[in-house]
Amino acid sequence: MASLARFRPATRRIPAFARAIQTSADTTQLQDTIEDHSKPFTVKLHEESFRAYRCETPSFEVEVKKDELLKMYKDMQTMRRMEMAADALYKAKLIRGFCHLAIGQEAVSVGLEYGIKPEDRVITAYRCHPFAVMRGGTIKGVIAELLGRQAGMSHGKGGSMHIFTPSFFGGNGIVGAQVPVGAGIAFAQKYLGKNTATFALYGDGASNQGQVFEAFNMAKLWDLPAVFVCENNKYGMGTSAERSSSNTEYFTRGDKIPGLQVNGMDIIASRHAVQYARKWVTEGNGPLLMEFVTYRYGGHSMSDPGTTYRTREEVQRMRSTQDPIRGLQRYIEEWGLATEQELKQLDKDAKAEVDQAVEEAKQSPEPLTKDLWTDIYYKGTEPSSMRGREREEVHHY
Amino acid sequence: MLARRLRSKFPALSRRWQTTASTTAIEPPPAGGHSSSVASSQLFRITRESALRTPGISWQDEESDRNIIGGRETRKMNLYQAVRDALSIALSKDDTAVIFGEDIAFGGVFRCTMGLAEEFGRERVFNTPLTEQGIAGFGIGLASMGHTAIAEIQFADYIFPAFDQLVNEAAKFRYRSGGHFSIGGLTVRTPTMAVGHGGLYHSQSPEGFFMGASGLKVVIPRSPIQCKGLLLSAIRDPNPVIFMEPKILYRSAVEQVPIDDFSLPLSRAEILIPGSDLTLLTWGTPVYHCESALRLLNSPPPSLAPLIPPSLRNAKVELIDLRTILPWDVETVVESVRRTKRLVIVHEAGMTGGVGGEIAAEVGKRAFLRLEAPVRRITGWDVPAGLQFEKFNMPDAVRILDGIMETLSY
Repeated sequence: MASLARFRPATRRIPAFARAIQTSADTTQLQDTIEDHSKPFTVKLHEESFRAYRCETPSFEVEVKKDELLKMYKDMQTMRRMEMAADALYKAKLIRGFCHLAIGQEAVSVGLEYGIKPEDRVITAYRCHPFAVMRGGTIKGVIAELLGRQAGMSHGKGGSMHIFTPSFFGGNGIVGAQVPVGAGIAFAQKYLGKNTATFALYGDGASNQGQVFEAFNMAKLWDLPAVFVCENNKYGMGTSAERSSSNTEYFTRGDKIPGLQVNGMDIIASRHAVQYARKWVTEGNGPLLMEFVTYRYGGHSMSDPGTTYRTREEVQRMRSTQDPIRGLQRYIEEWGLATEQELKQLDKDAKAEVDQAVEEAKQSPEPLTKDLWTDIYYKGTEPSSMRGREREEVHHY
Repeated sequence: MLARRLRSKFPALSRRWQTTASTTAIEPPPAGGHSSSVASSQLFRITRESALRTPGISWQDEESDRNIIGGRETRKMNLYQAVRDALSIALSKDDTAVIFGEDIAFGGVFRCTMGLAEEFGRERVFNTPLTEQGIAGFGIGLASMGHTAIAEIQFADYIFPAFDQLVNEAAKFRYRSGGHFSIGGLTVRTPTMAVGHGGLYHSQSPEGFFMGASGLKVVIPRSPIQCKGLLLSAIRDPNPVIFMEPKILYRSAVEQVPIDDFSLPLSRAEILIPGSDLTLLTWGTPVYHCESALRLLNSPPPSLAPLIPPSLRNAKVELIDLRTILPWDVETVVESVRRTKRLVIVHEAGMTGGVGGEIAAEVGKRAFLRLEAPVRRITGWDVPAGLQFEKFNMPDAVRILDGIMETLSY
């Protein structure tokens, strides 16, 4: 493990991280011996897990519980299995259209959910499947949505980028458009006097959109309880962060808004930072920027092999040395919280759960043609008819 | 072409145009805009009685008071005061309603929100930065939380930075969430159309750009009563609505407006003057130019009389105000054209890609065998709205008259 901890990416490719945050997944150290597995115990994060801008870093000592770590492990494993199932379904030509997978970024989606409360709100862009499940959706609902079936969470009308739950305001298909929407959501929370936070996520690619800065400005101006979360997976589609952004330290791009850079590959650090951010904004300090430094193993979308703009070695290196799931697995084993066999069982459970959800999703029928015409206008306020492709297809309400 | 003929024939007319068009030494037009068509219009409801009997009016107060007209009051208001009145009702009846936009806490550039911040508090009526895309996105987020979000884009010309948010987020929010989410509480108000001296970025009519955005509604009122009723409907409609207010009418259009809470129906056109020989369809400011054109047709002044064949002077032209541009009232328009057999559409936006083309195509399909003349569009030219050329760019009474005569005698 120590050798892994010493690993640093080659400076030629990603110079910012060489001197900056480290993204190893397994550098958290146990502080004291664990006597009672039902009680919380303290661990110490690597001192380069966070970097702060205009604020203090969170403490590096974190309390964790065995149950929670095992649940996180299971959730991360399940999310990865779900994305792998989507990958297979896409390659089997059962999923069509767009599909963007978040394999490698599980510590962000799962870590976020463990750091926030159910009444908080989350909105993101493309890589939304794990968030949708963590925020109260189901794997079957996500897979069925990708397959375009009735059991899909948007009844097959949305597809990959458009999955919603009552506290999750969706994936969004327009790069950056979800960020000002998140500011509006945060305003409503503040207006209603609720002590809750909105997490508006975007990628390193979207961070250069003008409206992202418009949202920052409004949020700071009105001190909205918004956490703007940049998931920096180092590539906006096929362009590396260094080639698209004049400032790749995304957590410093909020001008007067404080920022926090987080190791997005260590779920203990991720969750801890999310808790810190939530506390920050709900205590009336105004918005906060958060940057998770993470990595996607796959291409941007299914049509992108992900190897034309980065080397296979780089992907392989990230997979083998900084994987968030393997990192947590090591903690659990080294700290004696569970045996390898017990974790293998969790892996099997995750796979079985996903397999069953996929089968159920496949059984769901495709949406009825009549549903093409619903949900455009509020029921009862539609125009008298909407046009279809041809004469016979004009729909009358 | 009639316009050119008129100019050469009537030097007085031509001189007036020249002075506004090319001389800088003359007095500038008043800041609020002016329009002789509006000043002389008979379409305004200037008595209490006629105001209370506005067709389609639906009182929105307590159940017991509905449908009672006696005892209701009206007050003389211009269009911006009617907007303010509607917003004030929306804020006082709906605790979740908030109003935001550029400079609106001080009343806005057209005074539509005058005093609302003082009355309802700065938490509910507040200024935003100059951030059109941000305003739209912010409003969408707010509305998605169940709020009534009333945003102002300072000029319709500035709606283009917000176009993505409105077309891609607002219009599709319900559909792409399979009906789970709604941003029906969103209303975007914006001043539109020419003001006489607005120039390139203050006189455009962008309604046509939204025609393909199913899920949105686009509404353009023509008068203070219409504005109050339609705006209250728009705010309460469970769909996102873009509400475009013709800016030249803010001060020049004056009516007795009922002070109670009332609404007028969306997606319903209104027949202002019934007729049987030609349907003249328009919305917003050109309603009044159309009215003037009809007056010129029916009783031309001596100077125009020689150009207007007596056989056309008794033509009964049906004037329709479309009011809601998207989704538009196909039934009323088609029913009218089936009766009159002729259609002339007037709008300020350019012809190519304008709303008129969409209407012409649909009417052509539904009433093809009834038509006795091609559907005629009288619109702004397909050019940018140049400052000094604004008078020539806008469809005025003479151009409309020309189009009506040509269509009647086709």
